[in-house]
Amino acid sequence: MAILRPVFYLALLALIIAAPFIFPDFRTQLATLWVFIILSMTWDMTGGQMGYNSLGNILFFGAGMYIAAVVTIALAYDVGEYTNAFGGGTYKFTTTQYFLGMGLGLVFAGLLSAAIAWLMGYLLFQFRGPYFAIGTLGAAIAAGELVSNWEWVGGGQGIALPVYPGDFDVGKLFFYYLFAATGVILFIFLRWLYGTRFAGAINAIRDDEEKAEAMGLHTLRYKQVTWAISAFFVGIVGGISGFQNIHFEPLETAFQTINLGIFMVVCVLLGGKGTLWGPIIGAILFHVIKEVTWNYLLGWQWVALGALIVITVVYFQDGLMGWLARVKPEWFGERVQKKPDLIAEPAE
Amino acid sequence: MKIIEVHDVSKSYGGVKANTDISIDVEKGGITGLIGPNGSGKTTLFNSIVGYHPIDKGSIRFEGNEISKLPVQQIARLGLLRTFQQTRIYGDMNCVQNMLISLPHRKMTLREALTTNTRADHERAEHLLDFVGLYEKRYLRSGSLSFGQQKLLEFAMALMNEPTVLLLDEPTAGINPTLINGLIERLKRANSEFGITLFIIEHNMRVIMNMADRIYCLAHGELLAAGTPEQIQGDQRVVDAYLGAH
Amino acid sequence: MDQIISNIGLLFEFPVVNLKILIDGIMIGALFALAAYGLALVWGVMNVKNLAQGDFVIAGGYVAWSLTNIGIHPFLGIPAAFIVMWGIGWITYKLVIKRVIERDLFTSLLATFGLAIMFAQIMNLMFGSDTQSIDLGYDTLHFGPGGFVDVPISKLIGVIVALSLAFGVIIFMKRSRMGQAIRATAQDARAARVLGIDTDKVYAFTFSLNSAICGAAGAIIVMAWVIQPFYGITYSIRAFVIVTAAGLGNLPGVIAAGLGIGAMEQYGAHIFGIGYQQAIAVLLLLIVLFFRLLQQRRKRQVLQ
Repeated sequence: MAILRPVFYLALLALIIAAPFIFPDFRTQLATLWVFIILSMTWDMTGGQMGYNSLGNILFFGAGMYIAAVVTIALAYDVGEYTNAFGGGTYKFTTTQYFLGMGLGLVFAGLLSAAIAWLMGYLLFQFRGPYFAIGTLGAAIAAGELVSNWEWVGGGQGIALPVYPGDFDVGKLFFYYLFAATGVILFIFLRWLYGTRFAGAINAIRDDEEKAEAMGLHTLRYKQVTWAISAFFVGIVGGISGFQNIHFEPLETAFQTINLGIFMVVCVLLGGKGTLWGPIIGAILFHVIKEVTWNYLLGWQWVALGALIVITVVYFQDGLMGWLARVKPEWFGERVQKKPDLIAEPAE
Repeated sequence: MKIIEVHDVSKSYGGVKANTDISIDVEKGGITGLIGPNGSGKTTLFNSIVGYHPIDKGSIRFEGNEISKLPVQQIARLGLLRTFQQTRIYGDMNCVQNMLISLPHRKMTLREALTTNTRADHERAEHLLDFVGLYEKRYLRSGSLSFGQQKLLEFAMALMNEPTVLLLDEPTAGINPTLINGLIERLKRANSEFGITLFIIEHNMRVIMNMADRIYCLAHGELLAAGTPEQIQGDQRVVDAYLGAH
Repeated sequence: MDQIISNIGLLFEFPVVNLKILIDGIMIGALFALAAYGLALVWGVMNVKNLAQGDFVIAGGYVAWSLTNIGIHPFLGIPAAFIVMWGIGWITYKLVIKRVIERDLFTSLLATFGLAIMFAQIMNLMFGSDTQSIDLGYDTLHFGPGGFVDVPISKLIGVIVALSLAFGVIIFMKRSRMGQAIRATAQDARAARVLGIDTDKVYAFTFSLNSAICGAAGAIIVMAWVIQPFYGITYSIRAFVIVTAAGLGNLPGVIAAGLGIGAMEQYGAHIFGIGYQQAIAVLLLLIVLFFRLLQQRRKRQVLQ
């Protein structure tokens, strides 16, 4: 068994690297799949591992998108003038400006999103239950509205970023690998994080916050840190998506509360909350179902999505992993184990 | 040295006076008992000390500092820990996980929290589970344990947390009578070996008389008597209170 | 920024503007209060936090609007919306809500959020995404200096109908056997069950009643204001703001908070501009939550 694990991960890594060449026609869909996977994994940090179900994580996606874009533009031009001349004017970006802007933009997107999460968390995490979910949902909706009224960043029209400097197909590969790298780093990070004492603490908050408080955990601080880490990755993904989309606008692309904002929750529920692999499996499952059925639903997609949420929540809330844990508890380490004779000693 | 000083504390719910002008001291390093018939206000006093509700008047000091206005988690972080009458454990996790979560986070920086549990942590968790007799069941979902075993687990978790003072709310209630002697033994050892000050609400007179250095007796929300186990046992008012006479 | 300052200045320069804003706010606030009362009812009785609340309101509006289109008088649209939404509420209860009552709160929240998406999208497919309203063709009353304060008669009628509906519901809850059963279930469902109350029936009734109240509110809104398939979520958030501010089972509080929120939103719209409607509703939610937090902290409690 021990030898199988590295083999499995190496094979997986090879598949991730080879995927855009195995399915050359689906490069954009594969990139989108990574967005789903990353958003699901980050949502699960608070929703699954900590028991705080945010309906507004999309806020960091939109924030990251705008931050990365503004940083890139600001390096070369005046942001207000640039967005004002939307569609017109001649604003050229050199290759250096593009990549430097993107690199710096993504760093800022991650850090500032984390900072926003930290600050919002200070207030929102002092509420339990419905108030947190509704507060986050409200915050995401309000953020979209505020940004679409903010002329400096292009108002309701949004922002048009420069196109990838180079071959169009290479650009597709570039964005695929950028998302994939973020996803792999996030996975490795979470694999480590979920083994730390910190993870134990946030699990304790999920299972019984009052007990966790009575045991002296710094509950508020841990909650803020978790959300900030989650927002860091969401912000980066949002930033990359901005460059990938080239043009984005506030309500439909950046702060898409009911599309991507709720997709990530459904993905996690499908796969299984509070597990490392659940969100990933759920995201793949959801994305495939969505890509296959979407076009046949003839305008009823969103109704079907709403129905899918309701059905998942009502009938299949434990998800795939939760179902497995129920039918195969021994796979998850539940067992009676006697004390080995070697270290046995009389109890009294 | 007095580690907890309750001075003149009153607490009422609506019109019902649950605690009236109660003053109690808990000696550092000792075992203090709190007894009284049902409804005499013992748990209310506990809740006032650990911060579950505001008090109407009086002061509560821990190591000399006023704590009567602090919320639960801040008091817990000072090292004042309580167990619940209806046990509270993390039912979906196994016993070892429950123990590891109970590491004293108040003593950790965030950087320390962001490390994996050490071998020593695991050993300590298993040692304490062994100490309360749950070693064999350590990988079982703790929610599947019996009530008495959950109670023992909660006790082990409290020890894992290395508290300065541990407030126990009826530790022997619901525990199989044949296990009670063992539990008394372990409580005493927790006090003597780990140096944890114990403050215990107990219904079972035999248990508390066996353990405590000093006992307070409440009745109808008021302090009825205080003294050594011998004094309390000989106190006619206490006997009357328990028998329901006045 | 200059615009905001001049808008605030206007309030002091022409005090009558305040009166106009207040009257506008109180009128729409009465309808917020109605939807919030329904939410408080469902929340208190069956512990379901209904995020589809606003979509029931909008759906009721579309019922009345459709009837008007086929020539039925708008006033008849109000009872019609009440009845139709009662039915939809009952079906929703049987299919979904019934199965989430005993579950943890996120289940009901997310399930109703799914419902909200479904309702909004179905309405979008059926009626299109344009804003709609019914023109009653009534006059507007003018008073104050220079007739500056205008009160459309349609809004006035709307508020009066809303208040009578609220009054009717209160009488019903106090006097009828069902009302008593609902209140008993809210206090202790298990005890009510032991005493022979069919709590499932009570839940079904409560949820349908809530849906019907929302529907009637929507039918009133469409006569004097406008509706659009995606306006629902803002009404839901407002209902949460009001219930959070007032607490459960506190009807005078719900009405007061409803009127207050209505007035504050109008002030917000005047100062910041009409484009910030949702942001203002959310800001009010955060302010209310913050005050409740301070209040609870004094009691060494958390908000949950």
